[in-house]
Amino acid sequence: MITVALVGLGKMGLSHLAMIRPHPDVEVVGVCDATGYVLDILGRTTGVPTFSDYERMLDEAKPLAVIISTPSSLHAPMVRQALERDIHVFCEKPLFLNPEDGVALTALAAERGLVTQVGYHNKFVGTFQEVKRLLDIGAIGEVATIQAEAFGPVVLKPSGASWRSKRASGGGCLYDYAAHPLDLVTWYFGKPDAVGGSRLTSIFSAEIDDAVTSTLYYPGGRTAQLTTNWSDESQRKMTTRISLWGTGGHIYADRQEVQVFLRGTSAIPAGYRQGWTVKYTTELTENPWFYLRGEEYSHQLDTFVTRVAARQLDGPNTFASASVTDEVIAMIVADAERGPRTDAEVSQAAGVSLGMGRVAGHGRVGLVPRAVGMLRSAASRVAARRARRARR
Amino acid sequence: MTDRLATHTMDRLLFGDNQFFGVNHMSEEKARAQQMRFQDLDAIMSVLDAAYDNGVRTFMCTTHDRVAQICDVVRAHPERYAEMVFYPCMPYAHKYANAVTEDGFLGAIRKFLPDGGLVDAALRGTRSLAARDVEGLATLLVDAELTMFKGLSTPVVWMQNVVVDLLLGLGFEDAFRTFDEHVRTKHGSEPAYITMNLPRLLDALDRVGIDNPIVCSNINKIGFRMSGGVQGYLETLEKRPFRAVAMSVYASGAIPPREAIEWVCGLPNIESIVFGASSAGNIVSTRRLVDEFWRRDEGTR
Repeated sequence: MITVALVGLGKMGLSHLAMIRPHPDVEVVGVCDATGYVLDILGRTTGVPTFSDYERMLDEAKPLAVIISTPSSLHAPMVRQALERDIHVFCEKPLFLNPEDGVALTALAAERGLVTQVGYHNKFVGTFQEVKRLLDIGAIGEVATIQAEAFGPVVLKPSGASWRSKRASGGGCLYDYAAHPLDLVTWYFGKPDAVGGSRLTSIFSAEIDDAVTSTLYYPGGRTAQLTTNWSDESQRKMTTRISLWGTGGHIYADRQEVQVFLRGTSAIPAGYRQGWTVKYTTELTENPWFYLRGEEYSHQLDTFVTRVAARQLDGPNTFASASVTDEVIAMIVADAERGPRTDAEVSQAAGVSLGMGRVAGHGRVGLVPRAVGMLRSAASRVAARRARRARR
Repeated sequence: MTDRLATHTMDRLLFGDNQFFGVNHMSEEKARAQQMRFQDLDAIMSVLDAAYDNGVRTFMCTTHDRVAQICDVVRAHPERYAEMVFYPCMPYAHKYANAVTEDGFLGAIRKFLPDGGLVDAALRGTRSLAARDVEGLATLLVDAELTMFKGLSTPVVWMQNVVVDLLLGLGFEDAFRTFDEHVRTKHGSEPAYITMNLPRLLDALDRVGIDNPIVCSNINKIGFRMSGGVQGYLETLEKRPFRAVAMSVYASGAIPPREAIEWVCGLPNIESIVFGASSAGNIVSTRRLVDEFWRRDEGTR
């Protein structure tokens, strides 16, 4: 029996609790939250042991594993406190707001031989898994262009008082929405060399972004465009989509279907044909022991429990894997802070010639001289700005 | 508890509303096309009329804002819809889920209640919520959700699967009894439950003393969203006393209609099938298949 404790009874926490409690190999030994009334009601109605102090819960309930579903800014200290007590950790996404925590805590978990997992549930969606499988066998050849998107109706007017409306606590479309398609892109292609054209746009929110756009640059001229917007009422609920164009065909996937067009220039995988093949979640998904809101949420917890039971350190969504996504998020924040260049800035810088090396991500792309000049001048401006900052 | 009221007999075919509101478990693209198609109330009403005229007169629907408009039309034409029956399913979960993300739990509840005084006090921390308060809030929410059906026939009231399965998973089983009593006594309707975890829910309802409940779950040949597996469901249908309603019998289109209906109609103890359709043609063909494989007078139950 795996003893599990849970901290953070928001939407995700309650949903995790409802799925993990019926798991045949799990005993829930404690839940913890700062909000008295939720804890109170839960304790009285379900009989689960409740704690208002996280460290006390870890010390008294002595769980083998903990599920952390608190606001993102609290992840790092809570993860550390668990790892230092040799407790395996499942943590909600995004993992850490500061990528340095990712490095330190990934190392700490490895040192102590502890299982880590992060709640990027799309890796457990049958369609997105199928995309990974198709890419790994080269079904659409060399992928040149990727489009990663997420849309949904979260913030539709100026208001909002929860932690999600504050950037410092990990709120905003970037952390909440964009993290998902970004994690798919890093799962499929790893960390990009650079990002550009990033914009964090507030639509209705005062303090945070409601839309995020960015371009991720990969070697060989491959790019991934990120477009996310959580002020989209045309969606009934959140949708995450990925589209890929390769030398051998095209793939579109969301959580319900994967549409594949194969040109027939690469080997056709079993179950596919030249031209269009569409596969649906109904044929790609297995039933979990308990269903609440999508098989993937159940399957990710089951995988965590199985890994803890076997003390299996490798697996999907380890801290190491989620840290890559954290790093890309940090790159987008930094790029958005640098901001776009105006026409005047571009022309002013066009004449400046600095001998700098190849700009990452543009290896094989034939850039016209003017474009090269623009890139160089952009890089030189960044270098100059960094130098100014360093002097301060 | 069930013998306090005369038991309502459900029709063999119930008409669902997913197709009207962009819910399609197989394809976001199809869901969007349906949303566009059913943007105008007239488009919805013409399909509902086709169902009604083909003898499918029970509308099992969410408490979506658009349903309120359907209710207005039906109320305005009592002769046209003399035998129309509504089976409301509540709550319309996305409405709450999005509100929770924006305003937190209590903020979301407050939004949907006519009088938020108690919730305000709890939010300010001037008083805590007692168990009785939680029951009170829950029953107020039920009343609020049912307001749109005022003056219409609602012999069965469903608790939606996300809420049923959340309460089931958390182990908050007394909530089922609260719902059961409130729906029976205050609204004179039969309480019913939608779930994706049929065998487990029946155990929980047993524990809180709810006998012979009406329970709706996915029942289809390929086992799509049947937690407990096809075999577990078949044993449950065979052995457990409950009134089964089958949904997702086509598994969102993954099973050809004839094969799907033949399989479901061959199972024991299914009282009704809920299905969605976007055209008169599909309604008629489902009706014909059910009539062919499931003759009421044969007493398949």
